[in-house]
Amino acid sequence: MRNVLVICRKELGSYFASPIAYILLLLFGVVFGWMFSSALGQFLNYSMEAQMSGSYYPMNLNEQLIRPLLSNVAVLGLFAIPMITMRLFAEEKRSGTIELLATSPIRDIEIVVGKWFASVVLYACLLLFTAVNFAFLFRYGHPDWKPLLIAYLGLLLQAGGLLALGTFISTLTKNQIIAGAGTFGVCLLLWIVGWVDYETAAWAHVLSYFSVVTHFESFARGVLDSKDVIFYATVIFIGLFFTARSMESLRWRS
Amino acid sequence: MISVKDLTKRYARTTAVDHINFEVAKGQIVGFLGPNGAGKTTTMRMLTCFLPPSSGTATVAGFDVLEQPLEVKKRIGYLPEMPPLYPEMETAEYLKFVGRLKGLSGAELQKRVDYSCERCAIADVKTKLLGKLSKGYRQRVGLAQAIIHNPDVLVLDEPTAGLDPKQINETRDLIKGLAGSHTIILSTHILPEVEQTCEQVVIINKGKLVATDSVRNLQARARGAESVVLEVAGRNGNLELNAVENKLRGIAGVSQVLCKQQIDSRAVFEIESEKGRLVRGDLARAVVESGWDLNELRPAAMSLEEIFLQLTKSETPAEKAQAQGAQP
Repeated sequence: MRNVLVICRKELGSYFASPIAYILLLLFGVVFGWMFSSALGQFLNYSMEAQMSGSYYPMNLNEQLIRPLLSNVAVLGLFAIPMITMRLFAEEKRSGTIELLATSPIRDIEIVVGKWFASVVLYACLLLFTAVNFAFLFRYGHPDWKPLLIAYLGLLLQAGGLLALGTFISTLTKNQIIAGAGTFGVCLLLWIVGWVDYETAAWAHVLSYFSVVTHFESFARGVLDSKDVIFYATVIFIGLFFTARSMESLRWRS
Repeated sequence: MISVKDLTKRYARTTAVDHINFEVAKGQIVGFLGPNGAGKTTTMRMLTCFLPPSSGTATVAGFDVLEQPLEVKKRIGYLPEMPPLYPEMETAEYLKFVGRLKGLSGAELQKRVDYSCERCAIADVKTKLLGKLSKGYRQRVGLAQAIIHNPDVLVLDEPTAGLDPKQINETRDLIKGLAGSHTIILSTHILPEVEQTCEQVVIINKGKLVATDSVRNLQARARGAESVVLEVAGRNGNLELNAVENKLRGIAGVSQVLCKQQIDSRAVFEIESEKGRLVRGDLARAVVESGWDLNELRPAAMSLEEIFLQLTKSETPAEKAQAQGAQP
């Protein structure tokens, strides 16, 4: 555990010593801020219209504003995740520092988990940036905070799985760009693989089960479904397991 | 301290290291010598548990590299060919990170960081970014990183590569200073370096062990006969070169006389004796009795360079043994 923290601390140091962390924070801050303000403006318009036309159905902040915005956060994550994980191992392989890690009295799995955990912490920082926007809603309105919290847990788990896969892809190459592009491709594929609602055959159900979006839906509604938690946990486990195997094979090949 | 038995590393198409055997005693400096691509780095990587051997065993401080890699890694400091530096870190920060990786913490960690900085003369760049350091400093930070946890064994892969002559000397002195408390294996393809720093040499070529011995024995072994440099001067300003040569040739046991240089009345000869004969005494007597001045008489040490070329010239050790056996 101590070793995991040593690695994690070093990775976080690298993230914040290079521009990458700040670029991502800026991206999340500006882009999501814009999304939030335009969505809020639209919501206000609707609620005014509803008031004037004397609608009986009350507007719901959680359902009509927060939920769609949260899927936007997940989309932003799709772009951020490859940028976060691409350098994790590719850079160490290119500069030869992997030799330092691999010849230190520390287990491969500790290196892998440490690096992955650092990427999760950075992503959590990004999520925190988006959460600031929602904080304003609590100042002026009364949204339900429990579903919001669960949705954020879902976002973090979803990203955790994709980050683990990205970490794995980063061990496969010395080239950061290749690692980043590969990770983006895989993430995108896991995103759209669920677009088979039109089909009712069994394979369509199986495919849509693999979609990271399908499993986020319950979280977005504020429901903590163990089935979905287990799915994300499995993706994380598989990603880290393959990363550790890949590091081991590096020793046999290089 | 280090014991290597039949160590072999095979890749898909090539055998990088082929059944290598050698031992290193505690506190020794061993030079690991070979042309580029001989398998030096691969052997070092196996010793440091970076690569697992295909067959054979290697033990460091009594621990097997395959069975107990964590114990081995605790006892080894390794400087790879490219110093493993993170350009975005400051020197002290980096050394602290490596120290933590190696299991140090708290006051002990700070003490070791300060000690390593002082030892490797990098205290003045403690707060500089590693990416901005010059090649010489980078190499020394690499060394500091290797000694940070006070390991029993130091494995240094071409520690002086790419340095300027002054830095090379400083690095060599530093390595010599580290011997005694550490057992050191250093690889190089620069021969004088081994002559200057190492007590023992392991020579490999194309993955195979060519020779392993002390530097002095190796020099003696490569040349069976005595080889002497002799400088003679004439008394009254002139010297009959032919007379001297004939006189020297006439001495029993001298097989070859070669005039290397003549300046005015002085001449330098290189003389080789027949195998197993000592001719230095006879040479001195002959020169003095003939009325010439004996300016210099010393055994010509064969440089490692010649030995190295001699040993790595033949394709296989078997062929070499055959060739040697046929000579006398």
